[in-house]
Amino acid sequence: MPDITVVYLTLKLACVVTLVLLIIATPLAWWMSQTQSPLKSLIGAMFALPLVLPPTVLGFYLLLLLGPNGPLGSLSEQLGIGRLPFTFTGIVIACVVHTLPFVVQPMQNAFEAIGKRPLEVAMTLRANSWQVFWKVAFPLARPGFFAAAILGFCHTIGEFGVVLMIGGNIPGETRVMSIEIYNHVEALEYGQAHWLAGGMLLFSFVALLIIYSLNDFTKQRLKLCA
Amino acid sequence: MKKLLSKLCVSWVLLVVATLKVTSLQATEIKAAVAANFYKPVLTLVDHYQKETGHHVQVSAGSTGKLYAQIKNGAPFEVFLAADQQRPRLLVEEGLAVPSIQFTYALGSLVLWSNNPELVDGKGEILKEELKHIAICNPKTAPYGAAAVSAMKNLGVYNKLEPKFVEGQSVGQTYQQISSGAVDLGFVALSQVLVDKQLNGGSLWLVPNELYSPIKQDAVLLKQGSNNAAAKQFLAYLQTEQSKQLIRDFGYDVK
Repeated sequence: MPDITVVYLTLKLACVVTLVLLIIATPLAWWMSQTQSPLKSLIGAMFALPLVLPPTVLGFYLLLLLGPNGPLGSLSEQLGIGRLPFTFTGIVIACVVHTLPFVVQPMQNAFEAIGKRPLEVAMTLRANSWQVFWKVAFPLARPGFFAAAILGFCHTIGEFGVVLMIGGNIPGETRVMSIEIYNHVEALEYGQAHWLAGGMLLFSFVALLIIYSLNDFTKQRLKLCA
Repeated sequence: MKKLLSKLCVSWVLLVVATLKVTSLQATEIKAAVAANFYKPVLTLVDHYQKETGHHVQVSAGSTGKLYAQIKNGAPFEVFLAADQQRPRLLVEEGLAVPSIQFTYALGSLVLWSNNPELVDGKGEILKEELKHIAICNPKTAPYGAAAVSAMKNLGVYNKLEPKFVEGQSVGQTYQQISSGAVDLGFVALSQVLVDKQLNGGSLWLVPNELYSPIKQDAVLLKQGSNNAAAKQFLAYLQTEQSKQLIRDFGYDVK
């Protein structure tokens, strides 16, 4: 049977990362969907970089960035937070960076799918921009948020290369499921590896099933609206 | 015109086929799987070997555990240079390697290293002080990690340091964690911190041999390579005096 702290830590990491990402990605995706700014492509490309960079490369540069000689590392030392690599906070930061595009993209698509008209109608009815977002855009884009959250959650569950580099495999602190599986395979303990990998597979399948069902549900609902 | 063109085409194709045939008679391809820590030395060795014999060696580097799993699942390697003795032995037991050709090609040396030139003293006294973190590679899977653990146990500092461990999956990753400054110091291989026989920055303590069991790295001829005379020849080449000297220059011991 797999070690329960590993599973708990993985779920905790995924929950924290998803929450942080929803808070960061929502304004970013909203801005990206509404803006006419020439900076849009530049920012979009910049935030999509983690999609193409190999995780180990990303992990190594995060290590340099968060290390005591890096800009973020010296900042955290000065603020009295201490060193971030090899702590839970450190792997949260790494996963947030690596998973950001997976959360921003579905949200942005959902906001763009609403179109200009509902928002303009709301404005003519004297809604301020805050109300336009919370009372019109957000409810219409809600399935996109679900999809974004689930995608972010799953991506973090499967996170390996980045956590390997920044985390340092510390039990109860940074040793997550994917690394535990890798450890078992390397140590030729295939039995335990099968258990964990099987659980992960089942979990991911159920999560993806939910995403696809939501997708269908949204399409049906939009048909009704039309 | 058309006739001429087609004639030209046919003769060109024949020429290419003939060239390929001739080269395949002369040079053989050897597929070698090599433990990541020995990647740099093997490239130099292969370079010399290719110049001498004209055979071509294709090198794939990876962790010993991963390469073992790949070989078990039919990867087309002919020669395996592992980081330990366990995996080659297992492959021999499983009938995937030739029993008569297994030998130790290098002995790894363990060092305590920091990229801070002031930190590590020549006696390893620093291990008795209060440390924030110390980097080692996974002792369960990486021979250098296991060696580091037994050295610390023999020095009587293991219980004090164990909560401070930061583990890399391989000695290569541990090296990166230390060189980036994210960890102040840790145990790596001597071969990693040498460039042209010189210490490449920082400070080190060469851990005495009596503190850990020798890190023997074994090479083995795999079943797929048993019919490839060049593969056998390459393994023999690793044991020549000239090769042994080259391996020593890279920071390994050779008996």
